Amino acid sequence: MQNGPSTIELLAAVRAFVEDHAMPELEGHAAFHARVAANTLAIIERELEQGPAAAANERARLMALLNAKGSLEALNRQLAEALRSGDMDLETPGLREHLLATTIDKVSIDQPSYSGLKSAFQARR
Amino acid sequence: MTADGLEKCLGNLAARLWGAEGVSNLTRLSGGASQESWDFVVGDERYVLRRAPGGQSTPRTGTAVPLATEAAVIARARALGVVAPEVVYVLNEADGMGPGYIMRFEDGETIARKILRDEAYAKARPKLARQCGEALALIHKIDASGIEGLPELTAANQLDLYFDLYVGFDEPRPVFELAFRWLKERPPESEKTTLVHGDFRNGNLMVVPDGLSAVLDWELCHLGDSMEDLGWICVNSWRFGQSENPVGGFGSYGDLFSGYEAAGGGSVDPALVKYWEVFGTLKWGIMCMLMVSAFQSGADRSVERAAIGRRSSETEIDLLNLIAKD
Repeated sequence: MQNGPSTIELLAAVRAFVEDHAMPELEGHAAFHARVAANTLAIIERELEQGPAAAANERARLMALLNAKGSLEALNRQLAEALRSGDMDLETPGLREHLLATTIDKVSIDQPSYSGLKSAFQARR
Repeated sequence: MTADGLEKCLGNLAARLWGAEGVSNLTRLSGGASQESWDFVVGDERYVLRRAPGGQSTPRTGTAVPLATEAAVIARARALGVVAPEVVYVLNEADGMGPGYIMRFEDGETIARKILRDEAYAKARPKLARQCGEALALIHKIDASGIEGLPELTAANQLDLYFDLYVGFDEPRPVFELAFRWLKERPPESEKTTLVHGDFRNGNLMVVPDGLSAVLDWELCHLGDSMEDLGWICVNSWRFGQSENPVGGFGSYGDLFSGYEAAGGGSVDPALVKYWEVFGTLKWGIMCMLMVSAFQSGADRSVERAAIGRRSSETEIDLLNLIAKD
């Protein structure tokens, strides 16, 4: 077992360094890329925290929707094919809810303050 | 070419064009990964050079037109009264700086977030959507005959183009599949072929405290459905957080459409604009994936190129908000 601090704690420490110490020393392009780097570390922190549950829920929904088993990627491929061929569409029971829930989880990791996320929450209600 | 080499070439040109003794204050402007922009001064006049990166005439990415074509289109736009940069010279091979052109410098704000939030533009914001509609109506009246290098890109062409790109990534994205299907089932019927700006959005518009002062970044201009431009400026990514204002984060559909109609653009069918808004949202999502390929191939190893891939999911949520509500 790897002892602490945890991955998330280490990431938070690196991000605090970039934000509080490195960024104020930088200008122009370098400052911009440092901001992007700090945001990227925040994405990784959120993915470590929320990713496993999001993936498990997504997989469970896909198995029910497709009545199939397989890896998350294989199930997503199957759904993509069904949508491309027209075998499934927005009329398919559970599809809309699945796509909304999956995408809300994805954006909550990638960009939790994104404006479109708020509208999606309202749509789900 | 070094900045010194460029300064020498520009100096020779300035001597020939304006009888000037060299150029001064040559500075590279930030922004624009696909183009290089340089600010410089000749006598009392300030100019901007826009040219291919490093002066190399390598094929440009995607559907970008040659720089000389871009310059020709901008000149015709200005002649019709579109607020656009004044192109003063188009480079040729003998100038030794690669393809490009020189325009007169214009002062104004192009950073979308500042346009949307700074007090300096508070009086400009309520006018912008209508001014965008007026500018687009004029752009769509440009007679493009005789201009070489303009591709014709219909909705169907572009849908195939982006679908092929998406399939090439070999990464299943059910929301994109749904959006492709939605678009294929609704081919725009009253497609009116005109010159299309192709990248008319907040971020490519120059604004002064009075309102819109210049339409920039013409490199994606093409012949196609005029409504493409109206849909693109409404894509949620270009609202920069101000979702309640569908046009660029600053205005309403009503203002955009009435400006367009008043300036003689013809009547606007909101359903067609929505088609292109959906299209634009999907297109931006695929462009984000494309930028990640530049990172993965090693062409651009910056953290910014890598991280932009995680903005694809924002277009997925926008697509669902557009096509999967109720």
